Amino acid sequence: MIKIEQLHKKFGKNQVLKGIDLDISQQGVFAVLGPNGSGKTTLIKTLLGMVIPDRGNLSVDGKSIKNNWKYRNQIDYLPQIANFPENLTVQELIAMIKDLRNRPVEDERLITLFKLEPFLNKKLSNLSGGTKQKVNLVLTLMFDSPIIILDEPTTGLDPIALLHLKAIIKAEKDKGKIILITSHIMSFVEEMADEIVFLLEGKIYFKGHIEALKLQTKASNFEQAIANLLTQDHV
Amino acid sequence: MFKILKYSFYDLIRSRWSFVYLLFYLMLGSVLLFLNNDLSKAVITLMNVIIILVPLIGTIFGVMYYYNSKEFTELLLAQPIKRSTIFIGQYLGVALSLSLSLIIGLGIPFVLYGLFQSNEIWDFVLLLITGLFLTLIFTALAFNIALYNENRIKGFSYAILAWLFMAVIYDGLFLMSLIAFQSYPLDSFSITATMFNPIDLSRILILLKLDISALLGYTGAVFQKFFGTGFGLLLSTSALSVWVLLPVFNMYRKCRKKDF
Amino acid sequence: MKTFTLHKVLFILILFVSQFSSAKAKTVCNTCELKSLKEAIAVAHAGDTILVKKGTYKEYNIVVDKPLTIIGENFPVIDGEDQGEIIRIVSDYVTIDGLFIINVGTSYTSDHAAIRVVRSKNFLIQNVVLEKLFFGIYIEKSNHGKIYHNKIIGDAQNEYNSGNGIQLWYSKNVVVEKNIVQKVRDGIYLEFSDHILIKDNISTKNLRYGLHFMFSNDDVYTNNTFENNGAGVAVMFSKRIKMNQNTFRNNWGPAAYGLLLKEINDAEIYNNVFEENTTAIHIEGSNRVTYSGNNFTRNGYALKVHGACYANVYEKNNFAHNSFAVSYNSKINDNVFKNNYWSSYTGYDLDNDGVGDVPYRPVKLFSYIVNQTPETIILMRSLFIGIIDFSEKVSPVFTPDNLLDMSPQIKRYE
Repeated sequence: MIKIEQLHKKFGKNQVLKGIDLDISQQGVFAVLGPNGSGKTTLIKTLLGMVIPDRGNLSVDGKSIKNNWKYRNQIDYLPQIANFPENLTVQELIAMIKDLRNRPVEDERLITLFKLEPFLNKKLSNLSGGTKQKVNLVLTLMFDSPIIILDEPTTGLDPIALLHLKAIIKAEKDKGKIILITSHIMSFVEEMADEIVFLLEGKIYFKGHIEALKLQTKASNFEQAIANLLTQDHV
Repeated sequence: MFKILKYSFYDLIRSRWSFVYLLFYLMLGSVLLFLNNDLSKAVITLMNVIIILVPLIGTIFGVMYYYNSKEFTELLLAQPIKRSTIFIGQYLGVALSLSLSLIIGLGIPFVLYGLFQSNEIWDFVLLLITGLFLTLIFTALAFNIALYNENRIKGFSYAILAWLFMAVIYDGLFLMSLIAFQSYPLDSFSITATMFNPIDLSRILILLKLDISALLGYTGAVFQKFFGTGFGLLLSTSALSVWVLLPVFNMYRKCRKKDF
Repeated sequence: MKTFTLHKVLFILILFVSQFSSAKAKTVCNTCELKSLKEAIAVAHAGDTILVKKGTYKEYNIVVDKPLTIIGENFPVIDGEDQGEIIRIVSDYVTIDGLFIINVGTSYTSDHAAIRVVRSKNFLIQNVVLEKLFFGIYIEKSNHGKIYHNKIIGDAQNEYNSGNGIQLWYSKNVVVEKNIVQKVRDGIYLEFSDHILIKDNISTKNLRYGLHFMFSNDDVYTNNTFENNGAGVAVMFSKRIKMNQNTFRNNWGPAAYGLLLKEINDAEIYNNVFEENTTAIHIEGSNRVTYSGNNFTRNGYALKVHGACYANVYEKNNFAHNSFAVSYNSKINDNVFKNNYWSSYTGYDLDNDGVGDVPYRPVKLFSYIVNQTPETIILMRSLFIGIIDFSEKVSPVFTPDNLLDMSPQIKRYE
């Protein structure tokens, strides 16, 4: 589904991506991890066409994404910070995204799930961070696209909402979708991810199952494994 | 594009600032007309306001909107929508909501005052047209500046500087060069120099209506042709249109290459 | 006193005319015994009336050499066929009434006129229509006459081969009233003519001046309208002229003025209207002139003062929406501005007496700059110009610092 070849990107003097090759063809939850500044967000944004790569090829569903925007119909993206037009109400925002994508949706179920009904007529500027994130989730997950990209989905969520989120992710995975997640909450990653894509200094440092990672780093738990990955890197 | 335009527009016309802007014009128009009772004087004061304030507001609003809606823009960028559609749509949304505030804010007091029965109606319409042009131009310039500057403090500073340059500094330099080279024929130079500043262009457009008697006091053949015939009006209007199109085109070009 | 004499003269003239006209009327028509004006004049006696019937008479060089009243019925056409002068009056007490005179010959050597009055007194020229003319009515060294209710429509293209509508040369005590003059060189031209009254005329679209005075003193012109003339109205080298209640409008162009004053002393300019002229009044070397109760509206310049002008008074005028109210080309001011209304006055009136508490300074630095470098006009009304005008207002450097209206009016004079 997603094929990335020799992806390079430089911001000013800062070479962020130094030749990434990634091929995701089967379904599952993929966690893109890495320390700050390792290129996670850039990779995701390149995939979304928000960052234009200097070199390399990106294709989704066999079609190059260069000068192409229609492929984004197959992607649901949850951006990192939910900051929306302040003067719109929640309902209007949802209606607007629906209108823009013009696809069948299941917003009502999600609204009920995240208990957003009381907020529907409130302006976004009056919502708390957690509520905004819930709205953000609704906006992302209400479409039924084969690829889902979640950038820090757990930010500000209360435990119940988090449970719901996990349930949704599992359900979506079972539908046969590709789900990319970035997160700093290791327990969440460990629980959800099938495979880890670990980025370091603009390259893919590790790609594989959590078990394989643990094995390679000789760590007993996942968090330790990641820490080991970081420390042994320059050896 | 129309969807984006629509949403930006709705978003903005409900913002506090558009409201403040609208109220400002309402008050200005009413105070000018009902305390003064002199339509000609009101039109002249309005002209000063329009050629200075409209560009300033357009610049600030444009930059502000761009930076404030950055996350939202990113949300849109991830949607299956063309990039240029997003930016041109947002730009038009801002420019149109500002224009609407201007037209309604000034229009209501003038209509109440009985503008349609007066001779000043064309002066007033001309004022509104230049106001629209300036809004379109300076909002576009603001979007350009914002597109080139990730840092919003920098973007704001450049935008204010751009406005200050066009509103004051340019004319200062212009005046100095005219005085410095006064022994040479200068009409072509001065008309050309005017074309490079949209504020000057709008000013000329209004001058052609308000001060034509004074403008015709000059002997240069080029001035005579420019001021005395429809040529000046035509040239100024086309130059203003170019001033709208160029930044919009650049916006289109730049946004396709930019990383977010 | 003078007007009285004039009226008396006219009264006698009318008596004289009416007494004889019924008795000894000669009729001219195409089928009559007298087929031309010339023939009629030849057989007429002093004091006779000649009645010209409707028709076309191809005649020129008609000399009226005895006191006659020539009356046209339904505007008979006297066609000069471009041969030269048409009617020349060389006798006192001649009246010309109701003729339609066309095709005066153009000449570069002599000033052919439709009607010329030479060294005669008590003439009356009225209800005459002139078209296709060179000079219209030319009064030469003739006094005590009246030019009343005539219509002069020229088709002048160039100044060098066109003449004036009504011209007075070395003539005194003449009344020029209710005439319409269009498209000639100067609408009304006075040279060395004193005690002339010019009233209720409409002089428009003339190539040069609507009204032009040279070396003429003690004249009055009132209630006239001057519009769209090439250069407006010019009053030059004349003394004691009264200019009241006239309208000067739409005189546009680099050398166009509503009113041009050059070397004018002791004149009075009261209650006139100046609208949308490039320069409402251009003043050069004029002293002791009083300007009062005038309305200056939407002119390029209301007052443009050049050269030395002393002891002039500008009071109770309305200056409304002129691009420049007053322009001076020097730093010296010996004139008084008081009690005027200035639309651009921004002061306040705390004691509510209708007079602004802050003096008004009508000369802007920008007008000085434009005088120096005309092209800078293109920067008019820009913010930068506003700023430098403001600083000049606070501390005058280039403009006369005593040029102030200490008592600017808050309300416009009605």
